[in-house]
Amino acid sequence: MAVADPDNILEHDDHHHDPFIAHHFESAEQQFDSGKLGIWIFLVTEVLFFSGLFVAYTLYRIHHPEIFQQAHHFLDKNLGAMNTIVLLFSSLTMALGVHAAQNGDNKKCGIYTLITMVCAAMFLGVKAVEYSHKWDLGIFVRSTFDYAEHHPEGISPYLIKLSVIPALLLVGFIGASVFSKMTEKDLLAKFFGGMAVTVGGYFLGALVGLGFMALTAGGDAHASHEVAASPLVLQAMSIDEDEKHDEHSHEEGDHDHAGDDHAHDDHSHDGDHGHAAHGAAKEPMHRDVGTFFSIYYCMTGLHAIHIIAGIIALAWVFWRCLALHWRPDYFGPVDYVGLYWHLVDLIWIYLFPLLYLID
Amino acid sequence: MAGSNHSDHPPFNHPAPLPLLIGVFLALVFLTILTLVTSNIELAQFAFAIAMLIATAKAALVCAFFMHMFWDKGFNILFFLSSTLFVSLFIGVTLLDTGAYKESIDVFPRAAEPAKAAAPESPAE
Repeated sequence: MAVADPDNILEHDDHHHDPFIAHHFESAEQQFDSGKLGIWIFLVTEVLFFSGLFVAYTLYRIHHPEIFQQAHHFLDKNLGAMNTIVLLFSSLTMALGVHAAQNGDNKKCGIYTLITMVCAAMFLGVKAVEYSHKWDLGIFVRSTFDYAEHHPEGISPYLIKLSVIPALLLVGFIGASVFSKMTEKDLLAKFFGGMAVTVGGYFLGALVGLGFMALTAGGDAHASHEVAASPLVLQAMSIDEDEKHDEHSHEEGDHDHAGDDHAHDDHSHDGDHGHAAHGAAKEPMHRDVGTFFSIYYCMTGLHAIHIIAGIIALAWVFWRCLALHWRPDYFGPVDYVGLYWHLVDLIWIYLFPLLYLID
Repeated sequence: MAGSNHSDHPPFNHPAPLPLLIGVFLALVFLTILTLVTSNIELAQFAFAIAMLIATAKAALVCAFFMHMFWDKGFNILFFLSSTLFVSLFIGVTLLDTGAYKESIDVFPRAAEPAKAAAPESPAE
């Protein structure tokens, strides 16, 4: 942008009209109101855009509530709640950033914007851990759904693949920041430094997610066990279960081996579904739970894309904070990006109970 | 408006009071924990309604204060809230439609595996 240098702006102010008020606007207020109406229209299209997925969700849940009962055991609601709070906190810092911009305090606005970006990246880091954990277990969209109960050791290869781009970005931003520092471009150095910190937030989020998983590993195993051994829903769905009904109701939730013992019985019945059938419980999941996860990946994936877009928009706001652009009569862009960011938060507010908190 | 302690603020600039923003955040965290707690309690058919009620309360807080709707122009608010009308039309009409064809829908994808469709009502076949 041509007006990146604050000294230039002041000069312009003396000679010409205000550089931040486009010539086709009567006043700062008219410009602000037009922008505001524009962003609200955009947010309406966003809501309608997401509503298609909410329709898919509603229809599938109404027709197949049992699949949702079963599928939600694979989602860690505590991790989801933690991510919700990270996102809510980023909304708070965004609102504080807008507040600072409204008072013309560029420094505070920059700090709050940076915290918002770091929280956004943290959210993605936790999400990456969640996704890769599911992929380890073979929980994909329906067409490739191949659930197998095993607990992979160490860091997931999927997580490493997902982290390649953030790692490259981190190295790139640090390099760019150091290079800018050496060539005495202070603004650029600060900007790239901030972006490096943002990408660092992704790794922080991934670490927090991994730590959380490790801490709750006992509970996690229990959750899988619950799915494998809980006969009530599963038996109702699979006709092969009927013969073993009595056995199961005695052993319900006793110990981990219960599921494995029956696995052998099951193979004799269902040789054709062999590879994914570690236990009777897996049989109905093979096809149908995948549909839940198709919806899950579409909804959370689209939301994650919006988070990434939000980070890019916030980076632009951050850059303009460093360039000291915001004033009490010109803070519109911060407000508009803030509105978009709150909408992303708003969508997550609904996604969290819909996907994670199925009773 | 409250919070605009700078006299140089133009009329369209209404900074939200800081204690309010922080209070809203704390309320949101409280509601998140509340929804997590209620999800662990057996509430049968009310669970979904309660979860949605809490989510809507959170959404209302975010809209009103974080998104400055409380201070915004009536037209913008009307415009944004009208989207919920269209979303409910979208979901509602689609539901009416699938409701009308429910029987054929239930039969169609289940044709290959009739056992699963029949099972919930009569586990013993």
